[in-house]
Amino acid sequence: MNPEVEWAKRLLEGDAAAFTPFVESFQSKIFQYTWMMCGQREDAEEVAQDTLLKVFESFDQLREPEHVKAWVFRIARNYCLMKRRRSVFAPERELSLDELMPGLMPDNDSRGSAASARVPDRRELPEQGLLRRELNRELEIAMQELPANYRSVVLLRDVEGLSTAEVAEVLELSADVVKQRLHRGRLALRKRLSGYLTPAGKVSA
Amino acid sequence: MSTAKHEHSPADPACLEVFEKLSEFLDGELSPQDCDHIQEHIRDCEPCVAFVESLKTSIRASHELRPHESVHELPEAVREELEAAWQAALQRQAG
Repeated sequence: MNPEVEWAKRLLEGDAAAFTPFVESFQSKIFQYTWMMCGQREDAEEVAQDTLLKVFESFDQLREPEHVKAWVFRIARNYCLMKRRRSVFAPERELSLDELMPGLMPDNDSRGSAASARVPDRRELPEQGLLRRELNRELEIAMQELPANYRSVVLLRDVEGLSTAEVAEVLELSADVVKQRLHRGRLALRKRLSGYLTPAGKVSA
Repeated sequence: MSTAKHEHSPADPACLEVFEKLSEFLDGELSPQDCDHIQEHIRDCEPCVAFVESLKTSIRASHELRPHESVHELPEAVREELEAAWQAALQRQAG
């Protein structure tokens, strides 16, 4: 059983020993989501704390502990939306499939973005060490540059591992919209990071 | 969809179909028939294979993404507030 599901069940039964592992696990997951969605450390920590408090205040309303992760992220998503309403935030926009198609423009051409110059031409995926940290950092930047409506889908589906149905429930979208945004968001990240993503097995020149 | 060898092109309907359905293909959310179509196409189209590989690698990087910023430890007062909220919720549940 997923440990978070087990902790949630034990918390519903009043087992205090599950409190700390539950808090520590979700605090870091929620922070990752709110930080990527809010873009500011202070905002992200405030939203993450508000989310945790709401989670425990409404713990008696957790009907399906098997879906505790989706339930927690739905609360986090609502707090992120409230925070965005109170602050200036990048507007949502649509990513067109055309701009993500391979072949229409070179992969490393991100139309004048300073970021493209930072992506080196690697022949293998960096597996560990400095290059891997560099890739992670670039991925974080690329995620934060995605329009928010795509970023939230990619974060919940690919980073947090929720199912398509769970993401649809958290974000109050249809499964088809989730799939479309996931695909376009992934394509945008791939395009942005293409310098790191030369398929393994290709021999370097 | 034709599975004959072809020149890869964004304008090629066969390549476009692969391109549009790649995420569902990689997530195992396509029908067996659609999967077969894509697999047949990929087998004949080297640029598509390279594209699929790079997309898979990018998705794997997202799976493993952890923020370089780590969350601060919760202040003791906040932990106590959370625990009190949980206890209150349990009491409501019991009542």
